[in-house]
Amino acid sequence: MKDTPLSNCERDFILKAIEEKKRLDGRQTYDFRRIKITFGTDYGCCFVDLGKTRVMAQVSCELVAPKESRPNEGIMFFNIELSPMASPAFEQGRQSELSVKLNRQLERCLRNSKCIDTESLCVVAGEKVWQIRVDVSMLNNDGNLMDAASVAAITALCHFRRPDVGIQGDEVTVYSPEERDPIPLSIYHMPISISFSFFQQGTFLLVDPCEREERVMDGLLMIAMNKHREICSIQSSGGIMLLKEQVMRCSKIAAVKVSEITELISKALLNDRTARKAGGRCGFAESMPQERITALKTDETLMETSDVTERANDIVEKAGAPPQTVPSPLVPAPGVGQVSQGQQNTWGLQEEDEDDDDDDDEQNGKETKMETEPQEEEKGAGDVVEISDSEEEEVVILTSETSGQAKNADSSSHQKRAAASKRRPKK
Amino acid sequence: MQVPELLQRVGQVLLPGDEFRLDQEDNISLTEVSRPSRAVCGPGLRRSGARLLVCKSGVLRHKAPNVFWIDSQQKRYVPAKGETVIGIVTAKAGDIFKVDVGGSEQASLSYLAFEGATKRNRPNVQVGDLVFAQFVVANKDMEPELVCMDSSGRANGMGVFGSGGLLFTVSLGLVRRLLSPLSELRSDLEQLFPCELVVGMNGRLWVRSCSVQQTLIVANLLQSSDSMTAPQRKELFRKVQQGAL
Repeated sequence: MKDTPLSNCERDFILKAIEEKKRLDGRQTYDFRRIKITFGTDYGCCFVDLGKTRVMAQVSCELVAPKESRPNEGIMFFNIELSPMASPAFEQGRQSELSVKLNRQLERCLRNSKCIDTESLCVVAGEKVWQIRVDVSMLNNDGNLMDAASVAAITALCHFRRPDVGIQGDEVTVYSPEERDPIPLSIYHMPISISFSFFQQGTFLLVDPCEREERVMDGLLMIAMNKHREICSIQSSGGIMLLKEQVMRCSKIAAVKVSEITELISKALLNDRTARKAGGRCGFAESMPQERITALKTDETLMETSDVTERANDIVEKAGAPPQTVPSPLVPAPGVGQVSQGQQNTWGLQEEDEDDDDDDDEQNGKETKMETEPQEEEKGAGDVVEISDSEEEEVVILTSETSGQAKNADSSSHQKRAAASKRRPKK
Repeated sequence: MQVPELLQRVGQVLLPGDEFRLDQEDNISLTEVSRPSRAVCGPGLRRSGARLLVCKSGVLRHKAPNVFWIDSQQKRYVPAKGETVIGIVTAKAGDIFKVDVGGSEQASLSYLAFEGATKRNRPNVQVGDLVFAQFVVANKDMEPELVCMDSSGRANGMGVFGSGGLLFTVSLGLVRRLLSPLSELRSDLEQLFPCELVVGMNGRLWVRSCSVQQTLIVANLLQSSDSMTAPQRKELFRKVQQGAL
């Protein structure tokens, strides 16, 4: 299935907003979205939420024969899965250009930076080594999949425990977690990828672009860095020319962001460890069985209102009295709503007609009363559906049959009387 | 048939798989003039043999005299005849435009279906433009078809629009809440800023206000009020109003 196309109006608006240093979700230029790290019940399972982007990483291990060229090193394997669950534009089972790009970047970020000690994964040199497999699945796509994936992958690797292995002579025993505590991987440093998007040929720069910003951007720069400010990989795509100063500035921003995220990851890992030690429920499992409806659960929406006061004041000062036509929204036809800005509304005529009728009726007075009443009834009971509405008359109508009809007639006459009495004070 | 049973559950949350029994009426008396009460099933309810099945999760609603439906918070739009939607033009193909409305299939929009359009006088529609249009054909087995005019050939508010505003998506439930005649949400909103709002039944909203900032605020407010209860929303709107005015 194709993705929802981006309309011209969105494109123009986003670009205009970026020029005014505004972003769709109220963030500042260098702000990251809220990052949330959750762990699964197993070791090596990690969920990362970056705003609405959601990524899951699962690490697994297996004993395999090593590569000929490196007989005493373990093997790292990375796989990124873009499932249609994340976005209707992703297709199942086919390696798209995006997934290849993300996979390459993740490999460069985590394998080529040698952040994991692969030699410690060797069991018997030349015969048996551990293969560590990292599967990253995208659960929801709201832009910046790479950063979320890199955080998820490195956190899952830090969280992972492989089974202990004992060697007696030429016999290799793999111990179950009950027999011996599983051992964590030895990780030297944690490279984290930070994305920068460029607009208007590099004039404007945004950190952590969301999905719609990604569609509008001209170029992307991904810097993978660890907290020691060592750049592990750097990649620019989209075909824009960047100045040396811009890249330097990006790397400085990346350093700050990386140290923040690293701290978050280590805090999350620590939390999880204490929770596991205490033996309570932890991570993802904790949120599963709670018997409550989560439909109304929402993260707080960040909104910038600092600037608005002055602006509003400006507007009020300049404009003088506000337009008097604002108060009532007009609903001329179904599907049309407008809180008008004072201009003449020419949309639709249906409801207005009804209004006119009403006015006419009031003017004509008693002669037309008999005709108008049914209309009023309809309006009173039919059009407006509210939960709080008392639906007494309707219940009576629905009991049907002959007695029901009698009652019906009764009630409608009652209504008429009520309507008439309502009308009287108006006259 | 099963109206009293249905009436009892009005306002309750029902889940897919809930069912109502229709009592079988084998003998219909010929003398009886008035048929016993019948229920008209709207979205989320469907009849299967002798049962009435619930096929969406949500609150059972009722409209006099006998219309029942399930009010759900779904996001996937299913085209329905007569509904007005906001579409994005994705392609020009000969004498029709292809329009994305968020449904399973793209809708077609004839270039003659605009006010004042003739074979010679074509409307100015570009790929990527927004159109506010109405469904004239919306069957499950046919390509949906849109028009930008009413039955009398007037534009009636429909057509190409959208310069300077922001398009965003909300749930279908919020759209219906916005469009209901006594919408609290709308009356809350109108106390904030003057703004223009176009509401498509397919869950798309388009907002334009005086400045980019205000447009963004309105858009974010509407998006976040999707998952809020009325008091929460009022509180938030009050906060914004105090901060802003």
